[in-house]
Amino acid sequence: MGAKAKNIKKQLISDGPEWSHDLIGKYYKIIAEIADDFGLDTYPNQLEIISAEQMLDAYASVGMPIGYNHWSFGKHFISNEQSYRRGRMGLAYEIVINSSPCIAYLMEENNMMMQALVIAHACFGHNSFFKGNYLFKTWTDAEAIIDYLIFAKNYINECEQLYGIDEVESILDSCHALMNHGVDRYKRPYPISMREEKQRQKDREEYLQSQVNELWNTIPNKSNPDKDESEPRFPSEPQENILYFVEKNAPVMPPWQREIVRIVRKIGQYFYPQRQTQVMNEGWATFWHYTILNELYDRGYTSDGFMIEFLQSHTNVVTQPDFDSPYFNGINPYALGFNMMTDIRRICENPTAEDKHWFPEIADTPWQETLTFAMKNFKDESFIAQYLSPKLIRDFKFFSIKDDEKEKELEVTAIHNDSGYQKIRRKLSEQYNLSMTEPNIEIYKVDLKGDRSLTLHHKKTNNINLADTTNEVVKHLHKLWGFPVKLMSIDEQGEKTEIAICPDHQSDKK
Amino acid sequence: MQIIDRRLNQKNKSTVNRQRFIRRYRSQIKKSIADRISQRGVTDIDKSEGISIPSKDISEPTFRHGNGGKKQHIYPGNKEFTAGDKIQRPPPQAGGKGRRASDKGEGNDEFSFQISSEEYMNILFEDLELPNLKKNKLKKLVNYKTIRSGFNTDGVPSNIDIVRSLKGSMARRIAIQLPLKKKLKKVQAELALIDEKIEPLPYSKLTEEISALKKRIKRIPYIDTFDLRYKNFTKLPQPTTNAVMFCLMDVSGSMDQQTKEMAKRFYILLYLFLKRSYKDVEVVFIRHHTQAKEVDENEFFYSQETGGTIVSSALKLMQEIIQDRYNPTDWNIYAAQASDGDNWNDDSDYCHKLLNESILSQVRYYTYVEITDREPQNLWHQYQSLVNSHDNFAMQKIETQNDIYPVFRDFFRKQSIATQWSPRSA
Repeated sequence: MGAKAKNIKKQLISDGPEWSHDLIGKYYKIIAEIADDFGLDTYPNQLEIISAEQMLDAYASVGMPIGYNHWSFGKHFISNEQSYRRGRMGLAYEIVINSSPCIAYLMEENNMMMQALVIAHACFGHNSFFKGNYLFKTWTDAEAIIDYLIFAKNYINECEQLYGIDEVESILDSCHALMNHGVDRYKRPYPISMREEKQRQKDREEYLQSQVNELWNTIPNKSNPDKDESEPRFPSEPQENILYFVEKNAPVMPPWQREIVRIVRKIGQYFYPQRQTQVMNEGWATFWHYTILNELYDRGYTSDGFMIEFLQSHTNVVTQPDFDSPYFNGINPYALGFNMMTDIRRICENPTAEDKHWFPEIADTPWQETLTFAMKNFKDESFIAQYLSPKLIRDFKFFSIKDDEKEKELEVTAIHNDSGYQKIRRKLSEQYNLSMTEPNIEIYKVDLKGDRSLTLHHKKTNNINLADTTNEVVKHLHKLWGFPVKLMSIDEQGEKTEIAICPDHQSDKK
Repeated sequence: MQIIDRRLNQKNKSTVNRQRFIRRYRSQIKKSIADRISQRGVTDIDKSEGISIPSKDISEPTFRHGNGGKKQHIYPGNKEFTAGDKIQRPPPQAGGKGRRASDKGEGNDEFSFQISSEEYMNILFEDLELPNLKKNKLKKLVNYKTIRSGFNTDGVPSNIDIVRSLKGSMARRIAIQLPLKKKLKKVQAELALIDEKIEPLPYSKLTEEISALKKRIKRIPYIDTFDLRYKNFTKLPQPTTNAVMFCLMDVSGSMDQQTKEMAKRFYILLYLFLKRSYKDVEVVFIRHHTQAKEVDENEFFYSQETGGTIVSSALKLMQEIIQDRYNPTDWNIYAAQASDGDNWNDDSDYCHKLLNESILSQVRYYTYVEITDREPQNLWHQYQSLVNSHDNFAMQKIETQNDIYPVFRDFFRKQSIATQWSPRSA
């Protein structure tokens, strides 16, 4: 409906810091009205009020409302708890879960202003992002995720009872090591509900096992090291989804372990869009809580005190410390995202000559449409490549540093000036490209006729080596695969070097 | 939209995961605990314990980029740079440059966290039990605890339970009044039917009856001694939960500070362990060279004496203290003796006699640790003959720091799993 905007008569919803269920309901209703006026499309909302301890719990399970048990979650919990107790870390004001209904946690310690901010930020900002962004649409199914998590938890529980905690734990360890390599970047996965999932799981168990046996039905020959290249390679194309490959093709893996691999893979997939849209997602949510709460004020629902308090915490969130500040910890996604969103609105509404030159297609367009289009069709990498304006580069005073191992000194390759804009924009965009920030590792070949060994290729870019954790990961992969695993590195000249092999022949240890 | 208040839901969703973590790293945690024992005072146990374990042990490996190669990065907040500037490479991990720590807690070399003192004890004394954990026979009752035990019809006024008494009074009144009231109603109804002028005689009879009934009702007492209920208390004999621990140590010239430190570790373990089973544990420190003396903790461990060694002096003093202050029927007595094995030659016989004839019958458990790397001497041989005749006597030899915990465990190992544990290699 919207209040009469002409004569701004104060009709405060509340005054003072205390919140109550009733007040939350009132704020929610009015914020929902405003969001609706702005045309935000959201899943239904569910607000859950939790205590600080419960927030710590939620942290530890990386935002999954229901998680299976694993020591690594305990580790995160302990370390968060430690830093929280020592006052080294504040808790996030909210956690929001990409599900339908969209679950947002409100902490009881928050005051009324914070609760309103969280409602605007999570229930309308993040929520509409989850519903609108193409990556989330492609990769996650908000309706099914809770069911799937329950299925996963129960399944893993059952396995623990059947096969022992240690056994399950070690499989999970191995899967977690490869979790980031459990995504098929180009195929669309299809979502299914829990009931179906349970039924299928049984069928899959039997079917998969028979398939695998088919693949391995020849008794291995004595290994002959010089294979003729004419023989068809398996897999015929290199596979980037290592977990998927293991799940489908590991020669001697018992069915329950395949199912666990699948669970970890599915959960990794669920988080895949979040890893790729951090800047956009936070930027969008921050932009909307800012816009909505300002509108709330303009319509006379909140007091000056409320707004001053709000602006203070908002400013904290979107601060970007300089690279030489002791508080610097990379680029703050809230700051970058919020400023880019605001900047797009500015370009739409009041473009300068420079903006018209750089963004002819969005200057002087309706900002809501343009912004929604941007939210829906990009991820961080492409969003930055598309929309980072020279003005923002100047505001942030971005500069680019080249760090070449072979040279003694670092070099500043570009700064915020005419000749640098393009370069900085490209580099910053690359910085958010997962395939640049994560090493490119693919399954290259399985020795079908020989010792069943698995060969992986690491394609080196810019001569960057793998970190020293690599050996451990290869051991984990060996545990899953059950036969030798070899990792080859291929540099830009096409030269191959073996960087990890398991089991290691020299030191024969399990 | 719906609002769900989850605050009353269970809080400890992560408890299972936390336990999993502790379970998985039990051996590292144990090691950390063992390393820290020496830093604690003997009686200073109510603290939770900080644990640190090497973070490389708990890291979760993934494929990621390492150092080196050619990298380009964008940073905010340029001040004086222009394109083409060369900058000195900052030392790794300094300022804004340098790679980010891979995970919380993993940037450091140690992953540190707290465990509660209960968890601490559980891990420290896993699989151990107190030998001879008989409660002292209640020949002379030491403690009584007064507990409620229902209600009684007799007692002192201060114990009256008002609610119960009034309930009784009300029930009694209702029960006695009911037939009278019924009758009264009936008579009143009859009275209403007759006219005083027509039938004066029956009328006056009825009114008389009514007033008599009313009087009777009124006479029923509001409260009667019969109604009174008294809270009843009985005294429950309490088994004594007091324990006293005697620490006996040789401080003669042959005991150097390092040896004393080792003994201290042993005493700490024993104290912690006793503390788990008994509410109050008192500690008596007795040090001796040729003479024995009761001292406080600080003096016990850190003051230096010289001279010869007469072990029996300490045993005698201990015996006296037991007689004076710690009646064996009231106290669970434990004793731990540490020595480097030196003793005045003729004295060892006497020690054997003292232990055999009086002390061992009074104590729950007597442990003797000999901290030396030499051949055992006469005291050891004399004591050895006690092991077979007394099952509350145990002795062990400690050579290095690392032996202490295993030896301690050896003393108190649970009988059922006596074979499982093997000493941790250094």
